[in-house]
Amino acid sequence: MRLEPIPAPSLARRLGLPAFALILTALVAMGLVALAGAAPGEVAWLVLKGAAGSQFALLETLNRATPLIFTGLAVAVAFRAKLWNIGAEAQLYLGAVATVVLGTGLLDWPPAVLLPVLAVAAMAAGALALLVPTFLKTRFGVDEVVTTLLLNFVALLFVSYLLEGPLKDPMGLGWPKSPPLIDEARLPRLVEGLRLHWGFGLALIAAALVWVIQTRTIWGFEIRAVGLNAEAARFAGMPVNAVLVRTAILSGGLAALAGFSEVAGAKGALTLDLSPGFGYTGIIVAMLALLHPLGVVVAAIFVAGIFVGADSMSRAAGVPSFIADILLASALLAMVLALGLTRLRIRR
Amino acid sequence: MTPPSGETVLRLADITVRFGPVTANEGVSLTLRRGEVVALLGENGAGKTTLMNVLFGLYAADEGTVELFGQPLPPGNPRAALEAGVGMVHQHFALAENLTVLDNITLGTRSLWSPGAGRRAARAKVEGLATEYGLRVDPDATVASLGVGQRQRVEILKALYRDARILILDEPTAVLTPQESLDLFATLRKAVAKGLSILFISHKLHEVEAVSDRVVVLRQGRVVAEAATADTTRTEMARLMVGAEIATPEPRPALPGAARVTLRDVSTPARGTATGLRGVSMSLRAGLITGLVGVSGNGQSALAGLLAGLERPSAGEMEIRGAPSGPWTPRAAIAAGIGRIPEDRHGSGTVGDFDLAENAMLELYARPPFSRGGWIDRKAARAWAERVIDRYDVRCPGPEAPIRLLSGGNMQKLILGRVMETSPEVILANQPVRGLDIGALTYVHEQLLAARDRGAAVLLISEDLDEVISLSDVIHAISEGRLSPPFARGTMTPAELGEWMTGARFDDAA
Repeated sequence: MRLEPIPAPSLARRLGLPAFALILTALVAMGLVALAGAAPGEVAWLVLKGAAGSQFALLETLNRATPLIFTGLAVAVAFRAKLWNIGAEAQLYLGAVATVVLGTGLLDWPPAVLLPVLAVAAMAAGALALLVPTFLKTRFGVDEVVTTLLLNFVALLFVSYLLEGPLKDPMGLGWPKSPPLIDEARLPRLVEGLRLHWGFGLALIAAALVWVIQTRTIWGFEIRAVGLNAEAARFAGMPVNAVLVRTAILSGGLAALAGFSEVAGAKGALTLDLSPGFGYTGIIVAMLALLHPLGVVVAAIFVAGIFVGADSMSRAAGVPSFIADILLASALLAMVLALGLTRLRIRR
Repeated sequence: MTPPSGETVLRLADITVRFGPVTANEGVSLTLRRGEVVALLGENGAGKTTLMNVLFGLYAADEGTVELFGQPLPPGNPRAALEAGVGMVHQHFALAENLTVLDNITLGTRSLWSPGAGRRAARAKVEGLATEYGLRVDPDATVASLGVGQRQRVEILKALYRDARILILDEPTAVLTPQESLDLFATLRKAVAKGLSILFISHKLHEVEAVSDRVVVLRQGRVVAEAATADTTRTEMARLMVGAEIATPEPRPALPGAARVTLRDVSTPARGTATGLRGVSMSLRAGLITGLVGVSGNGQSALAGLLAGLERPSAGEMEIRGAPSGPWTPRAAIAAGIGRIPEDRHGSGTVGDFDLAENAMLELYARPPFSRGGWIDRKAARAWAERVIDRYDVRCPGPEAPIRLLSGGNMQKLILGRVMETSPEVILANQPVRGLDIGALTYVHEQLLAARDRGAAVLLISEDLDEVISLSDVIHAISEGRLSPPFARGTMTPAELGEWMTGARFDDAA
């Protein structure tokens, strides 16, 4: 038995295999649920209901999807250029720090001015967090997988220090928590009366913008060329290192917007548990979306739905919500395998 | 040579190999007798290498059988072929550069539990084989320090060390100077005299004539002829190989113009194992094809990189149309009117997953009409690609097809077209016909001659001495980064050029 490349896989193959991967994942999850002693059909129904069964559930899912869209886009943009940004978590936290530093009273401006300034400041902080590893890569050939991954822990420790020191809320009763943002620095609701903040709208706009940049502009053309064949890109006269730097700014900035949106939209303050691994889950989102910016939106909502639905299910059925993590992990593995097989066929 | 009549050591019967819709070999049968040299002759893409990979067990044939010394060979198992006594010397050597010659030869043959055992015996055996077959090489030298010819000797020694009784040599002379080729032939004759059998793959007729007893001609995956070498002629073999008479383009007399690119004592740094240039002076004149010959890895890449904008002189001066070159990058080179046909069309010439339209504008996307104000104009790209496809006969499903689906020849035509359509004043053609079939090859050569006649300055770099000699108006030889003086068309024989390629004449001149 051996694998043979298929030069031009059919559309059925390109869509069918990922769909098959998801079905396979669902079957794996069902088996685990059965092992835990619950009825798989009922649990699946509870997950679905918890994720999208009511207006509250749906909005909860979209709120949860918001940071995942940003981090998913950040990863998708970078991976497209083969810049392996594993540090969306760090960039998210630095974006949140920038938002808190400027948004807790330091700048006393009306929302129409303050919010854009905060967003840009957050993006700058996130971009910086990715520029350092990118510079080390282009200049000295240091592997960015290692540097961006390790910077996640550095960033978390840095935030921990800030929350125990300079950024600690004096009224926080000793908890490691920043002071709350001033009202002018809070993102308004997307629709009055619904529990969904503007971060979600911003995420959709960001996805559309990234899509336009990638498909319609010189920048996108360069990013794709560098990612697919850096040697040919260089030969054709593209400034490969400059392209990587621009990609890093875009990617880091997008990840930082997740932090901005979580602080200014959802939480109102910075804590050490601001992100339950949104940066890492963003990698799963981007891979599930095949790095397509609009696909990221769909994948982020799907992933958020599984988390929200699993939480709600575990309260109702007593099956641990870890099932959501297993589900996502196996979905990712199955998807990666399916993508590999899209271009290969098995032959005896 | 007298055709030997030893027993049959190898029999390929009705081998058919398909890759998807492509049939690489169809019903190929071949026998090899003890003490015989059989040449497998065919153009690039005729299926020679596929057949050898079947023989060696790297590919499993869809149909047909391989029999070695009367025993059927299990398909898809190189180890079985090795153990049965087949030694293969690939076009690209499989040597560990950081190990010594001796280690490379004995690699994989020593026990894991006692790696030190038998080392002295191994050395004695290697030295014995080296003397016996005239394969001079220092067993303690690291492979990285060896030239290409010496590496090939190591590969042959490796096969002999494993008691190979059948040697397969895949295009062995492609990387050798004419002199080194003669040494190789001498070695092969000694091997045959000792009862080995040799399959010699080539597309060079004079070599086939020089070394083989029997010749088997492959065309489009089938055996089209088989004959004793003595009973056939080169013209006959060429006709069989190509399937038609070959019309070699007849160059018109050159009308040399002003120097478009001038190098004065230019040096470039070495890159890893690749040699840099050492004090090179030359000029590329309008209306001339300047050919560069040399054994691969002697600085051709550095010179090509310099013209392509990838390399900068570390010493000396480069002038474009009489003015200093300024900040030198690929983009600057394109802007200076240098059209570049890269050595590696997959690696640096195209982006495989981009479609033809995107690849056609790969060097031009940043200027109108392909983009304005940062926005790409897909329509302009498409129109441009259609023009190139139409004028340069690129056979493809259309401008929206990924370029990796194209054959090497069509890919090269697209690259050629995108270069030629910008009417470059200077053309860098680095190995422009490597791997192409005769039709595409002739087409590329005609285009280069036409560009010359329009007044372009062409630099032709090739490992094929015959190609350079037939096309070039002026020839330089390169050796270890040094450049010979220019020789006008017809003033040098291949053997004389060979002496420059080995570096011998540089030392005389010094």
